[in-house]
Amino acid sequence: MTALKTLFARPWIWSFVGAALVWLAAILFTRFNGAGGMLSAALALAVFTVIVGVGQMFVITLGPGNIDLSLPANIGLASAVSMTVMNGSDSRIALGLVAALACGFAIGAANYLLIRALRIPPIIATLSSSFIIQSVDIAYGRGLQIKPPPGFAGFTEMQIAGIPVLAALTVLFTIGAAIALQRTITGRSVLAIGQNMRAAYFAGIKVERTCAATYALCGMLGGLDGALLAGYFRGANVDLGNEYLLSSIAVVVIGGTSVAGGKANLPGVWGAALFLVLLLTMLNTFGVSAGVRLLATGLIIVAVIAAAGGERALR
Amino acid sequence: MVLPQALPHIRRLMRALLPAFSLVLVLGAIAYLNPRAISYFGFNLMLNLAVPIALATVAQMFVIAGNDLDLSIGPFIGFAGCVTATWLHDSPLMGAIILAGCVAAYAALGALIQLRSLPSIVVTLGMSFVWQGLAILVLPKPGGAPPDWLASLMSLQPPLVPFPVLAAVGLALIAWFGLMRTSYGAILRGSGGNASAIARAGWSLLKIKMALFALAGLFGVLSGMALIGITTSADANIGNGYTLLSIAGVILGGGEFMGGIVSPVGAVIGALTLALAASPLLTFLQIPPDWQVGANGAILIIVLAARAQIGRKGALT
Repeated sequence: MTALKTLFARPWIWSFVGAALVWLAAILFTRFNGAGGMLSAALALAVFTVIVGVGQMFVITLGPGNIDLSLPANIGLASAVSMTVMNGSDSRIALGLVAALACGFAIGAANYLLIRALRIPPIIATLSSSFIIQSVDIAYGRGLQIKPPPGFAGFTEMQIAGIPVLAALTVLFTIGAAIALQRTITGRSVLAIGQNMRAAYFAGIKVERTCAATYALCGMLGGLDGALLAGYFRGANVDLGNEYLLSSIAVVVIGGTSVAGGKANLPGVWGAALFLVLLLTMLNTFGVSAGVRLLATGLIIVAVIAAAGGERALR
Repeated sequence: MVLPQALPHIRRLMRALLPAFSLVLVLGAIAYLNPRAISYFGFNLMLNLAVPIALATVAQMFVIAGNDLDLSIGPFIGFAGCVTATWLHDSPLMGAIILAGCVAAYAALGALIQLRSLPSIVVTLGMSFVWQGLAILVLPKPGGAPPDWLASLMSLQPPLVPFPVLAAVGLALIAWFGLMRTSYGAILRGSGGNASAIARAGWSLLKIKMALFALAGLFGVLSGMALIGITTSADANIGNGYTLLSIAGVILGGGEFMGGIVSPVGAVIGALTLALAASPLLTFLQIPPDWQVGANGAILIIVLAARAQIGRKGALT
């Protein structure tokens, strides 16, 4: 009983409860047809949201105002870069992944440079940089029609006993990120900066270095996501990352991370990502039109956030 | 780059003048590249879309004055535009009721954010889906038409001064007077500066937040109507770019994300600068289409970096 109580005291539990409810609604509608398939498809798709969601979570945890709005453009460019480097050959997969990570790293570092050196508020800095990235992507990726190497495409959708391999790997990655956040000096520094940047500075934390590393990490995760998405959807595309602007932020907040910073929640990112993907699946199962789907998604997100409530956030 | 600490008033003055300075700079560049553009007719063309952008920026300014951020203003303007092009044209009374309902919805959103102390950035991100969905439901395919009076208002050609310039000056004056020169305006801004002080003084933070959001909704609706008056037909995605433009306009105009620091006149000037920099300048510079979005980003970065260098308050270290 006490175990159950502590479980429900966790902020992230509600995102999983929500995901389960939406899944139940969907399979009740289909009379339990394809319940398992729906779940493994949701796992496979949620992976892409989780990867960028974790990056976004680290950035948001840095404190009020910190946010990365360049992730969609980052994903688009990295998908083009990785596909070009891989050039459809299985032997170059690792090289392509490294290229995607490097591309994301460069974007993250550039973002932090704009924020720190030029003192532009992060929300505008990352949005402006996303415009430039988009232009680079349009100019670079025009007419690019390189298919991913068969081995890489196969890997992104490989399943063992109904569980996508990529999802299992991402769970391991999330656990690693949680340990890094709670148990390493860098992770604790991120939390401390989010709680009070000045206090963190006076406590001897390397604020600059940690913030730079966090934006770079977020960029790298965006780049990795771009490569994986290009593998999963069979090719690079400028618009590949568009939906991850909202979803990367939404999963962070629905998952119980504080927008005011200093309080992160990794399990919640998974719960919220599954919730969002299953929500879309449910609405698709019901066969509603695009307008109704958008309307319902928006209303449910607002309702969930309102129900969860918030501490006095700064924004 | 950093001005001496001893001259705070000069720094403040430079800061206040920076929006105007950026506007003059952009105008100067246009005049250099194409002298014929600096004429009555040229301004009418170049500032074609400046009125809806300025209205959107003022809407965003009210939200930012309360330390919030509205990421749904673009889709909201799109929805208001779709209603204008359909309901307001076909049955004006019904259209007016729906648009009034939009303003009420914004006030309710403000109440929700205040009562549940929610992060506005996420709530409005969710709402952007709602407005987009509603816009698609109202107008599944591009089309519609503005009411005649609106179309003729927006294509007005007053003597000597082009209509967009007159409209911008009028808007700046109204917003300036309301927010900077009335006592309730000071209260509204105060809620962003020190909310608990305002609450202690006996003002209802709930009413203030609702007022700020209702004003944002009102100017958002006006922006949508103005947009349709110019473009003469609507489409569900017509307003999407306005979210960023409005935020950038406020910041460019000397506003801050925190502390209730906004400048209505600066915001309108910022919006005009962006309207000019967004397309006429790029066209005259002959930037290829692929790079236009990127050039917009670069211009934003340059202007905002200049602003930050002048206005820097002292580094963390």
